[in-house]
Amino acid sequence: MAVTQVRLTFAPSGLAPLAIAEKIREAFPDQVVEVVEFRDQVSVIVKKGQIVAILRYLHDDPFLSFDHLQDLTAVDYAKKKDVRFEVVYSLYSIKYRHRIRIRAQVPENDPKIDSVVPIWAGANWHERECYDMFGITFTGHPDLRRILMPEDWEGYPLRKDYPLKGPDFEHDWPGFTDMVKRSRELREFEWEG
Amino acid sequence: MLIDTSTVGLVEVERGVKVLPPNVIVTSLDKIINWGRLSSIWPTTFGLACCAIEMMAVGASHYDFDRFGIIFRGSPRQSDCVIVAGTVTKKMAPVVRRVYDQIPEPRYVVAMGSCACTGGVFKTYSTVQGCDTFLPVDVFVPGCPPRPETLLEGMMMLQEKMRKERARWSPWR
Repeated sequence: MAVTQVRLTFAPSGLAPLAIAEKIREAFPDQVVEVVEFRDQVSVIVKKGQIVAILRYLHDDPFLSFDHLQDLTAVDYAKKKDVRFEVVYSLYSIKYRHRIRIRAQVPENDPKIDSVVPIWAGANWHERECYDMFGITFTGHPDLRRILMPEDWEGYPLRKDYPLKGPDFEHDWPGFTDMVKRSRELREFEWEG
Repeated sequence: MLIDTSTVGLVEVERGVKVLPPNVIVTSLDKIINWGRLSSIWPTTFGLACCAIEMMAVGASHYDFDRFGIIFRGSPRQSDCVIVAGTVTKKMAPVVRRVYDQIPEPRYVVAMGSCACTGGVFKTYSTVQGCDTFLPVDVFVPGCPPRPETLLEGMMMLQEKMRKERARWSPWR
């Protein structure tokens, strides 16, 4: 019961997702490529050039107030769309309880986009994971390193052209292959039962 | 002092083990060493994924590893055995190998769960396809994750294997 009472103290904005998309289109008319609605979830596909300005506007506007970055990831649309990558920002307003999804187009030949860490500090590790898995560089990121894979890993595993089983043993990560080779050398020193 | 075995009676309690009452046991060195070794297997505390949760359940009071003398030990240098419980990623594999290298001989490896045995469902770039690629595995315990009884059965199989060992107490022999 206590939870219900607390939630009622917040005023829902009354803005439908499509109305939020229209506000973005009004504020940045030349940046919005397309507004997509699918099962009541609205995505705004934008160009990547002004992405920080768009997200800053969504974060700072008193009637939108998207203070919570739910998720930041990327999608590889290889051979399905003209622009290969899309960086996805799932935004939520804790104050107004509305949400919107922003998708920024990132082409294959220039996989770079501006970092949003100055807006949401929590984007730090998400952008590192996105860089780790898709090879998209976030310019202005304070500490852009791989986060899951070893730092000297080659390739970006979640790209669609990356082999699912990974490279073959000769071209695999040296930290693993060296260890396997050393374990074969050490086998002669094992006590045999 | 000489003992006249014909008068006190040398009782054979099992094949190869004779007891001279009240407190003399006549047996082979293999038997006594293997018995001591298999009665106190100390696996190193090392969990990798969800199998580790099941391994903890076996260690807890309900399934109770302790009744077999199996006690988890925090340091590999004071352990006899490593239970590879969970998915071995390529990034983690050198760490697993280092833990194994730190265990003093004689040492044993139990691969617990589908992932440690074969890689399981993770036939991907990041996962080692079975920890036997870099470790000499003694017992493979299948299951995803294995039931606690299955791991108990695996450890008892390891005990049976240790019981049959011949002269494994020196690298020279």
